[in-house]
Amino acid sequence: MTATLTAPRMMGLDSVLPRLVRTDSTVSDAAVPTGDMQERQRAAWMAAAQDGDRRAYERVLAASVSLIRSVARRQGVALDLLDDVVQETLLTLHRVRHTYDPSRSYDAWLAALAARRAIDALRSQGRRGHREVHDERAFDLHPDADDATAAAEREQEARRLREAIASLPPGQREAVEQLGLKERSLAEASAETGRQTGALKVNLHRAMKALRARFHGEP
Amino acid sequence: MAESRLTESLIQSLGDQLAPVRRLPPPWVRTALWLLVVLAMAGGLLMHYGAAHMVQRWTAEPDIAMAGLGAVITAVCAAWAAFALGVPGRPARWAWLPLPGLLLWVGASGLGCLRDWIAPAMPVANVHQAGDCLVFIITFSIPLSALLVWLLRRACPLRPVLTAVMIGLASAAASAALLEICHAFAVAATDLLMHALAVAIVVVVNAAMGGRLLQPALK
Repeated sequence: MTATLTAPRMMGLDSVLPRLVRTDSTVSDAAVPTGDMQERQRAAWMAAAQDGDRRAYERVLAASVSLIRSVARRQGVALDLLDDVVQETLLTLHRVRHTYDPSRSYDAWLAALAARRAIDALRSQGRRGHREVHDERAFDLHPDADDATAAAEREQEARRLREAIASLPPGQREAVEQLGLKERSLAEASAETGRQTGALKVNLHRAMKALRARFHGEP
Repeated sequence: MAESRLTESLIQSLGDQLAPVRRLPPPWVRTALWLLVVLAMAGGLLMHYGAAHMVQRWTAEPDIAMAGLGAVITAVCAAWAAFALGVPGRPARWAWLPLPGLLLWVGASGLGCLRDWIAPAMPVANVHQAGDCLVFIITFSIPLSALLVWLLRRACPLRPVLTAVMIGLASAAASAALLEICHAFAVAATDLLMHALAVAIVVVVNAAMGGRLLQPALK
């Protein structure tokens, strides 16, 4: 596991002397390849974001998406799961943004988070794969024989879903009820609950993750 | 495309929630903070037991002084490695940092096993006294490990078990070094075995609990 989590950009052990190992800070921009300049730009944006600069934050997050996708692809994440990994990595980045050290590589920091989230996605996919059996032909050959039984099963599933929503933390439950069940717009839900639209969206995302985990058995 | 719009929407909502953060201090600063607590403990023990007996033992048996020095180096390096591993993007090879100190500690302690032949007149530990060493190391390791875990919970260790091994090694080595202040007898095979057992218990318990204790940001 340690090998797969190692950052692609290797760094010196001596973190207290970053200038000794990162001599690129003394090189003029004209001599620096474009990729390095872009990485420095991302590092500068992230440093500004740590100080509360929203515009820089949205820029660095948008600029991080392609890097997260490429890290996830290298880890072997399937195309249809890439967006999940991107979103999970962005949420993680948001929670641990204080751990970024502006004197060090932003890309290495982000790649480590993305690799971790990619591995989490692969693990949960593996667990789901073990539990679920896909056989479309058998599914077609054996339609629901008993409509009453099918209706009872649907009712049971609906009850399970209602119970799962009820067991969510209050903020997440509120977001699902307002945006999912009552189909209110963000502005309406925000006016109704007094919460910011951003908080509602993040709560909805977390609620969906929790519900998915509950029904697919992920941790 | 719907998923990509969700990513855009997530970026926007994370921007909405952005607040300035206090950056995580560099690993060496947090190591120094932890070492201050160890030094305070050492000060308390020196005030209680005095330094004369310790200096007398070290003069009579220089290999014990070397073992103590090895334990101190191991504690400093393992704590530093734990804090470095708590920052995403830092390479896993930080985990090798405590190795030289560990070799000095184990090698010099091993010389104590020859005590009976080298200096037969020195009093050596019986099983009961060696058991006291076990209790001492474990008792001091608990608060020192707890402090390291607490300091690391604000970080984001992506390799929780490896980080926890470093925590266990740091706290066990620091406890063994503190024991040198009040160790009343020469190191014999039984005593060395108890030291090794105590260090192993502390490291294994930390490793077993590492994943649960060290990753609040990744849940």
